[in-house]
Amino acid sequence: MTYAIDFLLYGCFILYSWGDMKQYALKRIIGMIPLLIGITIISFGMMHLAPGEPSVIGSEFNPKVSAQDIERLRTHYGLDKPLYEQYWNWMKRLLFLDFGTSFSSDARPVLDKVAERLPVTLWINILAMVLILAIAIPIGVISAVRQNSWFDRGMTVFVFIGFAIPSFWLGLLLMIALGVNMNLLPISGIHDYGWLQMGFWEQQIDLLKHLILPVFVSAIGGLAGMSRFMRSGMLDVIRADYVTTARAMGISEQNIRYRLALKNALLPIITLLGLSIPGLIGGSVIVEQLFSIPGMGLLFYEAVLSRDYPLVMGITVIGAVLTLAGNLLADLSYAWADPRIHHGGE
Amino acid sequence: MIVNLRASVSLWFTHPLLLIGGVIVSSVVLSAVLAPWIAPYDPAMISVHDILLPPSWAHWCGTDTLGRDVLSRMLYGARVSLAVGFVAVGISLLIGVCLGAVAGHYGGRADTLLMRATDMVLCFPTFFLILAVIAFLEPSIWNIMIVIGLTSWMGVTRLVRAEFLSLRKREFIMAAESLGVSSFQLIWRYMLPNAMGPILISAVLGVAGAVLVESGLSFLGLGVQPPDPSWGNMLTEGKDNIQIAWWLSLYPGLAILITVLGYNLLGEGLRDLYDPRSSSR
Repeated sequence: MTYAIDFLLYGCFILYSWGDMKQYALKRIIGMIPLLIGITIISFGMMHLAPGEPSVIGSEFNPKVSAQDIERLRTHYGLDKPLYEQYWNWMKRLLFLDFGTSFSSDARPVLDKVAERLPVTLWINILAMVLILAIAIPIGVISAVRQNSWFDRGMTVFVFIGFAIPSFWLGLLLMIALGVNMNLLPISGIHDYGWLQMGFWEQQIDLLKHLILPVFVSAIGGLAGMSRFMRSGMLDVIRADYVTTARAMGISEQNIRYRLALKNALLPIITLLGLSIPGLIGGSVIVEQLFSIPGMGLLFYEAVLSRDYPLVMGITVIGAVLTLAGNLLADLSYAWADPRIHHGGE
Repeated sequence: MIVNLRASVSLWFTHPLLLIGGVIVSSVVLSAVLAPWIAPYDPAMISVHDILLPPSWAHWCGTDTLGRDVLSRMLYGARVSLAVGFVAVGISLLIGVCLGAVAGHYGGRADTLLMRATDMVLCFPTFFLILAVIAFLEPSIWNIMIVIGLTSWMGVTRLVRAEFLSLRKREFIMAAESLGVSSFQLIWRYMLPNAMGPILISAVLGVAGAVLVESGLSFLGLGVQPPDPSWGNMLTEGKDNIQIAWWLSLYPGLAILITVLGYNLLGEGLRDLYDPRSSSR
């Protein structure tokens, strides 16, 4: 019953503060524009400061390519123009989401190539985040509530190992143990051979089986960090004055821990989730290469190997924009959960 | 002298993290330095008779697809991770301390500008940034060191800036300033030594990160190139022979895990030493 009243009051409050919230969101979004411009400048600088122009690659040792041909290529790609003009043109195309075309033999637009690979990567990362939250929060809370117990000590060891373990090595060991020796899980790709002949539910189960290992391997680092963070957050809250007050007022320990303290300790988790996005996206290169998963990370890896510059730059910019979007989402959820943020004060 | 010795001995035992981390790190450093003398075999010696032997008394960690001794290659691989870790962290410290010192000491416009730039670089997933730069360069151990250093200074910058901002308000700094000590002297002689603790901690933890990144890059084939041994590229071979030779995957990864764990424990131990309040957690 009390929960219901809590909920109702909270709902009223959110409705009341929605106007404020919109203003805050707008302010945050406008604040991101200089960051976006900075991202494009860094990407552009990297592309053009690096040795070797795209027009020269593949033609430098080819005797059939004359100096005039190279000059024509330079004009074609606009490389003969001054840098600021090249940047301006690139930016204009970026605004319409035109990242250029891939250098590979299919010569498809970068955006198309990324768009077909992105969903798998996003799914793996979202599932990894859900897994992190589902495991790390209980671990952190129990560790904090039973500080210095055997559970807490065991989890501390787990956290140190989780921080230090190379994810691809963990992946390899799991592949050997579960895939090769026990033959329980598939070790590469996202579909089995007979995928097209399977029924709908069979397909889903097959996909899920292929995703178990990659998701777990992506999650391991975050799992360690998040549970540590949750533990120290919970410890801070348990020692806070208002908790002592609540205890003095005779509120039961259960209520203090799981309603009062937990709610407040969960707040910073939102920020940490936002901060963990670049690591997860970056880590997808290794995880996807290890498990041969056709996602954005593997695409990026292939682009790096074949020096497909438009694709490399395109994915770098998209990765940064995804990070920025994730941070914005985290900021907004934090402001939504903690009204003090958008009501002025720090 | 004796008192000092006793104090330092008891210090190691009251801070177990420092002890364990120190022992691990020094044994890794020792095995890297002494690799030519303690390695049982020549790491490059190919032997057609000893291909893919499982671990035995003759080859403690087995042999690889060319019959080379895995343990010897791991000992030489320790040199790679050591060199990459220290040089990369050196570069990131150099950049981070300079930028952070300027931002924290001068404040104002310089601070805003530098912090904005740091925020921008932080938007890129680090691994993407590293790979994007490597796409333009030849993969080699030197390029790896430089690239890891150039993409990991942001944390140090923020840390040094925060330390300097709080130091600037301290009385002894204000006293030095009012005595007309030049800005450079103030930063170099007064502020930097007082910020050394956190910088050292982040450097030790940074080595752990650099070792992990190097092994990841080498695993992807974009780092140290075979036949030079590195823990990462040995694991690539492990992956290629995953169905038949588990020892190729197990041992090099274990070496990475233990080394990184050692640096992390050492860093945490130093943090406890420097800021005892955090250890009460």
